[in-house]
Amino acid sequence: MIEEVLVTARYNAKVDPVLGIWTWEIAFYLFMGGMAAGIMLFSAWAVLTRRRETLTFAHDRFALWAPVALSLGMTTLFLDLEYKIHVFRFYTSFEPSSPMSWGAWVLVLIYPLMIVQILSTLRDGYPAMARLLERIPLGGRLLDLCQTRRGMIALSVIPLAVGLGIYTGVLLSAFSARPFWNSAALGPLFLISGLSTAAVIPILAGVQRQERHFFEVADMTLISVELLLIGLLLVSLATGAAQQREALSLVIGGEYTVPFWLWFVLPGLLVPIVFELIALWGGRAFALTAAVLVVYGGFMLRLVMVEIGQVSSWNEYAIQFDPELLQRLVQ
Amino acid sequence: MRTYAMVIDTRTCIGCGDCVVACKNENKVPAGLNRDWVVEATRGEYPKLQTEFRSERCNHCGHATCVTNCPTGASHYWRDTNIVLVAAEKCTGCKACIAACPYDARLLMHPDGYVDKCTFCHHRVEKGQDPACVSGCPTRCMYFGQIDDRDSEVSRLLRERRYKTLMPETGNRPHVYYLL
Repeated sequence: MIEEVLVTARYNAKVDPVLGIWTWEIAFYLFMGGMAAGIMLFSAWAVLTRRRETLTFAHDRFALWAPVALSLGMTTLFLDLEYKIHVFRFYTSFEPSSPMSWGAWVLVLIYPLMIVQILSTLRDGYPAMARLLERIPLGGRLLDLCQTRRGMIALSVIPLAVGLGIYTGVLLSAFSARPFWNSAALGPLFLISGLSTAAVIPILAGVQRQERHFFEVADMTLISVELLLIGLLLVSLATGAAQQREALSLVIGGEYTVPFWLWFVLPGLLVPIVFELIALWGGRAFALTAAVLVVYGGFMLRLVMVEIGQVSSWNEYAIQFDPELLQRLVQ
Repeated sequence: MRTYAMVIDTRTCIGCGDCVVACKNENKVPAGLNRDWVVEATRGEYPKLQTEFRSERCNHCGHATCVTNCPTGASHYWRDTNIVLVAAEKCTGCKACIAACPYDARLLMHPDGYVDKCTFCHHRVEKGQDPACVSGCPTRCMYFGQIDDRDSEVSRLLRERRYKTLMPETGNRPHVYYLL
């Protein structure tokens, strides 16, 4: 038996009794970052495979949503910062050993690429916006340039968007101090999840039947891979060191069993894949419900992962000090 | 690189918490926050029980994952030593360092929001003094010095006594030693 009790007062905010530094803001940022990467990848893929006739939305209009998604995520990321006026400090140095520093600089590269990706299909996808841009000096020439370099732009989107999608997982998996996160499966898992949540947007946007069918099949494939990666993550924890096996027990019989399986895996992955299968034989309601559940599942994946990772720790102190007792004394 | 170490004798520590009070006074740590703390660890089965008191804080690791994970360089080593500090003017409060510390030894400074931690009282160390917790210990169970100086008291104690560090398996190379 080992019992370790903190006998002097320690109740540091967001650190005690268990780590709680990151909540929905970070989960939402990771979710939106993954979705933005997915949107960019589908758009680029539609351009590279010249599927304008069959995947019209993905080819011409989808890319516009990527900066919207990423900017929403960046907003909540900013909200999470405790010392907001120092946000510019991310860009006064580059720290090669810090995944967060890499992420900050990748975002600098990815925004301009998002813009040129949108411009490359703007005339076909959003002609009214293209006409507005043409009124600005050099606007028309910029559109011409992007349009003629469409293939090259799509090609350069692929590595950066894959990097962005994987980064959202690597950001967490790089923390060896948090056993539940410390798995190489997290990067690919978040990338695939990002692609999956991006795949359902055209379905929700009401695209033509042929394109909808493509994204339904794509999403079923992605959810299958996601389930496989979750299985691999759990296996890697089960075969890991003592801390990782303890972290696994949080979702296998432990306090996060219900949130992980009943709030995330069942409604966020298993139900939508079944509904999408049914939707293949018709049933628009099933397809739409599945799409909404996939978006929910994508967010829940990040939310439960962020939460469980923080609870999993190398330390196991019982805390004797109760701040509520101090409050009662003051009253 | 000069390596500073704190050596704490668990046989003479009585868990009085004076080290915690000394730190709060010296560093003006706000109410409700702590840079150091005392743990009472009990091992064994009744009636064969063994208790030790451990005064704990940042371990000023040789391979500090809080430093490697900091995206702005705010977490850094002080003047070519293993003393890990946070430059408040570079800190964004992203909390990556808190997540990266296996000892949960970092805290958020309120109301500003930058990250704070034990500094081994480097402002005293540069004057040749011991950290406040070491100076304030009533049982003289705490020692401080350079581990790479063979003649220092900390080096002598680590040569002559059995000791442990906390969770060396993290690979962080902690530099707070507990004499057994």
